[in-house]
Amino acid sequence: MMFDKDQISILKEAVDKENAKTQEKLQKRPERKKEFTTGSGSPVNRYYTPVDVSALDYMEDLGLPGEYPYTRGVQPNMYRGQFWTMRMYAGFATAEESNKRYKFLVEQGSSGLSVAFDLPTQIGYDSDHQLSEGEVGKVGVAIDSLADMEILFGGIPLDKVSTSMTINAPASVLLAMYIAVAEKQGVSSEKLRGTIQNDILKEYIARGTYIFPTEPSMRLITDIFEYCSKEVPLWNTISISGYHIREAGSTAAQEVGFTLADGIAYVEAAIKSGLDVDAFAPRLSFFFNAHNDLLEEVSKYRAARRLWARIMKDRFGAKDPKSMQLKFHTQTGGSTLTAQQPENNIVRVAIQTLAAVLGGTQSLHTNSKDEAMALPTEDSVRVALRTQQIVAHESGVTEVVDPLAGSYYIEAKTKEIEDEAYAYITKIDDLGGAPKAIDVGYIQQEIMDASYDYQKKMESGEIIVVGMNKYQIEEAPPTGLLRVDPAVGEMQKARLVELRSSRDNTRVTETLVALKKACEGTDNVMPFILEAVKAYATLGEICGVMREVFGEYQQSVNL
Amino acid sequence: MERPIRVLVAKPGLDGHDRGAKVIARALRDAGMEVIYTGLRQTAEQIVNAAIQEDVDCVALSILSGAHNTLLPKVVELLRGEGADDILVIGGGVIPGEDIPFLKEKGIKEIFTPGTPTQVTIDFIRGNVNR
Repeated sequence: MMFDKDQISILKEAVDKENAKTQEKLQKRPERKKEFTTGSGSPVNRYYTPVDVSALDYMEDLGLPGEYPYTRGVQPNMYRGQFWTMRMYAGFATAEESNKRYKFLVEQGSSGLSVAFDLPTQIGYDSDHQLSEGEVGKVGVAIDSLADMEILFGGIPLDKVSTSMTINAPASVLLAMYIAVAEKQGVSSEKLRGTIQNDILKEYIARGTYIFPTEPSMRLITDIFEYCSKEVPLWNTISISGYHIREAGSTAAQEVGFTLADGIAYVEAAIKSGLDVDAFAPRLSFFFNAHNDLLEEVSKYRAARRLWARIMKDRFGAKDPKSMQLKFHTQTGGSTLTAQQPENNIVRVAIQTLAAVLGGTQSLHTNSKDEAMALPTEDSVRVALRTQQIVAHESGVTEVVDPLAGSYYIEAKTKEIEDEAYAYITKIDDLGGAPKAIDVGYIQQEIMDASYDYQKKMESGEIIVVGMNKYQIEEAPPTGLLRVDPAVGEMQKARLVELRSSRDNTRVTETLVALKKACEGTDNVMPFILEAVKAYATLGEICGVMREVFGEYQQSVNL
Repeated sequence: MERPIRVLVAKPGLDGHDRGAKVIARALRDAGMEVIYTGLRQTAEQIVNAAIQEDVDCVALSILSGAHNTLLPKVVELLRGEGADDILVIGGGVIPGEDIPFLKEKGIKEIFTPGTPTQVTIDFIRGNVNR
């Protein structure tokens, strides 16, 4: 990093000499471990010096904050302008219950909403479908039709909040419902701000809420890109997610490599469908995990930003700087939480929060201490949100942009993760791109190997998780966990019966027939979905039509 | 030679979290058992059919969606209906401690919560299969 060549060689000599001497001492007094590694298992040297970063060129590889390749952040002043969006993922039971939780979160200083849907909603089944049994309202809110969505956002002005919706396979349907609710509030779609996750590739890889096969899924996604570029210009049309890849057990470098490979597939699909790269790329957003190895995580975010900027510029010829800026949401790592001594999770989340902020995140969800056991209670959500507020207002790390830049370790790790991620991308390119690499199970296999490796290390005690495999205590089972009322399923079913008898069923049928035709042809399906939604066709009916035309994805599993 | 213990690792319901199921499947296989993994989104009926067809000694159900009180007892019930109640049924995942007595009463022999070493599950299966 702009070191004099002579200085580097003098330093290198000194390091070699010091190392020889120290290794001799270490023979007599060995270190705590034979090998030191990051949380992801990549090697960590005893210390780092300018020698380790001598290949970096400051202007080319780091640049200034807000400037290409955005290693140091996407804005010139980062959190001196405004803090990241404190966005707490929430939703359970009915629309009424979730609406109450959203209002609570806004009162407590949450600056954006983030909607969790239940599994039937995420997989396009109505609450009265046979496969929905036992699942209604459990991991998120149950939405069957526009009627539920109207209740969910009742009293929340959609021109004032930004809303993130964790919805993938049926993303177009839920986005259409959001647009329709806004219209009823008198808010036009150009004013809507928010994000849909809409990232189907990682569903096949790691998260599991897919519906349709790869090809029609990619079409639905590019239809959304095109529709939003005209009708909902402020909407982030996709949140390309490494979060779930990491939760499934990947390393930090795999998280970056596989996520950006997915990103490349979406960009290629959109270009192939005739869109100009700069027309949609500024609305692409990303979603990463934050695990406990603070310095590795900070390096990871910086590496992801630099690599994406280079991909967009060099590979896709983007001209608009906004197309090159990797903007991302972060969630703290659910799989790092322990069911044992749950109070300890507050500390883990604080470290992870710091990692996300030092890594330059645009928004953040912090997990609550009880989430290894159940959905969080209001009290534990408050502590999680306060953790962000403490880092924002008290820690001081927000007053200066990218404060860890220039650390020999951070810069060396950033480069290492970038190189490793790029190698994964090259491998995936060789396999024919992310959709093909998923179809042959390559990405899933890599993640499974990493996750099994981690498990073995944990069981052998090589990896210590405090309270779980060391420092255990006798504990009474936790009390006061949040429970979803089992009656929610029955309530939703009753509501569906009422809806189906009170709506204009002729109009429902007409809009569904029109949608089917659009699915069979090549028109953008978004306007047709919007019409069906406004006629109060249910999510299950709309997805049912699409299932008929598109078929369903068949998962293949190798162990 | 005695045939190895056969285990069906299954994901009931709509839950997509399969890290735990895959880790368990591999660990059981590494411990010398024969393992069949169903993949995601299995109904209780599909799981029971697979268990009988594959002639397994144990069904290991992994669930993190909160639907355990509905879906796990259903598997045991259907196995009984098929006269296959000699098959050991165990469960694992994000399951609150206060639900465990209910599940055990319904015939799920043991519930393994987050943080359980795979060896504990392996030992439990070895000690409890009917053969």
